Amino acid sequence: MSSAVETEALRKEYGELVAVDDLNLRIEEGEIFGLLGPNGAGKTTTLSMLATLVKPTSGTGRVNGYDIIEQSDQVRHSIGIVFQDPSSDDVLTGWENLYLHALMFGVPKHERKQRIQHVLELVDLQDRADDVVKKYSGGMRRRLELGRGLLHNPRILFLDEPTLGLDPQTREHIWAYIENLVKSEGVTVIITTHYMDEADRLCNRVAIIDHGKIAALDKPSALKTKVGGEIIRLRTRSPKLEPIKELDYVLSVAQSGSTLLLTVKDASAHLQEILGKIGSVESVEVRTPTLNDVFLHYTGREIREESGEGGMFERIARARAGGR
Amino acid sequence: MGELEGFYALWYRELKVFTREKSRIVSSLFTPLLWIIVFGGGLGSAVSLGGINYQVFIFPGILAMTIMFSSVFFGLYIVWDRKIDFFKEVLVAPLSRTTIFAGKMVGGSIDALLQGIAMLILGVVLGIRYNLLVLLLSFLFMFVLASALVSLGLIIGANMESPEGFQLITSFLIFPMFFFSGALFPIDNLPHYLLVLTILDPVTYAVDGLRGLILGSSQLPIALNLAVLTAFAGIMMGIGTWSFKRLK
Repeated sequence: MSSAVETEALRKEYGELVAVDDLNLRIEEGEIFGLLGPNGAGKTTTLSMLATLVKPTSGTGRVNGYDIIEQSDQVRHSIGIVFQDPSSDDVLTGWENLYLHALMFGVPKHERKQRIQHVLELVDLQDRADDVVKKYSGGMRRRLELGRGLLHNPRILFLDEPTLGLDPQTREHIWAYIENLVKSEGVTVIITTHYMDEADRLCNRVAIIDHGKIAALDKPSALKTKVGGEIIRLRTRSPKLEPIKELDYVLSVAQSGSTLLLTVKDASAHLQEILGKIGSVESVEVRTPTLNDVFLHYTGREIREESGEGGMFERIARARAGGR
Repeated sequence: MGELEGFYALWYRELKVFTREKSRIVSSLFTPLLWIIVFGGGLGSAVSLGGINYQVFIFPGILAMTIMFSSVFFGLYIVWDRKIDFFKEVLVAPLSRTTIFAGKMVGGSIDALLQGIAMLILGVVLGIRYNLLVLLLSFLFMFVLASALVSLGLIIGANMESPEGFQLITSFLIFPMFFFSGALFPIDNLPHYLLVLTILDPVTYAVDGLRGLILGSSQLPIALNLAVLTAFAGIMMGIGTWSFKRLK
């Protein structure tokens, strides 16, 4: 079986900062692969290097069998990219955006109209194809860009934070479209995300990236099993932690404010004993680990929602609306 | 074949955007009109230069100004464009950077040329008459000027990280280029310091050339003006292509 993506000690430094630290990664054909990590973990840099937008400081990689340094043109023809921020022209119609893409990505003339029609149907925009993109909702625009990424028949589709900034219902829709694309087009999909639920819902395998390194890589279910045991979440005013920590079936204890997070083997059997030792408790919840717990387990931190660069782009968007 | 279609795609996009954003065209012609009507009309009521009414005298300069503002800002716009707009999509396409630069440059230059042509038509109201040769040569001057300044804008845009410096560029580059170009005054009797700046300003040669063509009065031979302007455009295109090759 051939690999869609293979990297060898892929590394990117920006001055002192090591954004991607000797990454060795192998992504198989036909999978939905997730790069999961907080902002600044190196996900987007990794993606940019694979898409030949950024040159690695050292190391290299192969995408669809093409070298990302030596054969960037072939790499670009064989991949599709959907960016975090909008990259369609909002003055043009959906159809015109797709037409431009077909021209720039060398879709043969006799296939163009048919391919455009095909992807419009895939992302359910055939009725809105002749509206200017300005009139699209955020979700429709993302769908258009998703369809555009597939227009030139790429074998890999890169999605950089595909549902960032969308409302929950729209995110659900976009996920369904992505799953559908994989089924009907048979492409490999590589997603970067900092949403746990997104990685859990979509990905066959997930690499947890922190500080430019892979902290863990496996199926979401396997990652959750590796955390071991179950999670008990308690709310309590005055917890007595010491007796809890001594119990051999308690794997880890984390506290933030009045919330306690315990990782426990066979939680239901031991719940009574734990509650007895901990004192008065306001609420209890026992659940299997989520990817959030997995992330905490491997990195010692929680993924936080950070606004990141949002502020800057909003400023630009405002300046642009006034200036153009 | 692929590069040619890519070039066509970039130009097609600029043309579509240009024809759809009519408010932009109107607003880009408004400032030059103010100059001609208010400044030219006001000062023209008291001043005439070598038998030419002042309002008519500054017309070629204002024409160059229209091209200038439109061109430089077109180029600068890629600062936004590559962050939140269509240009990001262009940069990931399997096209050479030379093609991308050429597509952008020609697209922007034609936009600016069309605005210049609109100004030329407005000149008829001022009583200016053109023959076919003058019109064609004026188009050539305007296109070369536009291609030089779109390239300049693209160079700056390609090397700028954020649009915060726009005000600086307007104050320290665009306005000086306009004022030192002799758009508003004759350049045959300038104080020494001003003459030096005027000679160094590439826009001077466009203004002098256009003035020679349209009003029949120039300081330098029209062919020399065109040669200097073309050389400047060539240098800008060279640096521009290089800047695009380094662009992330």
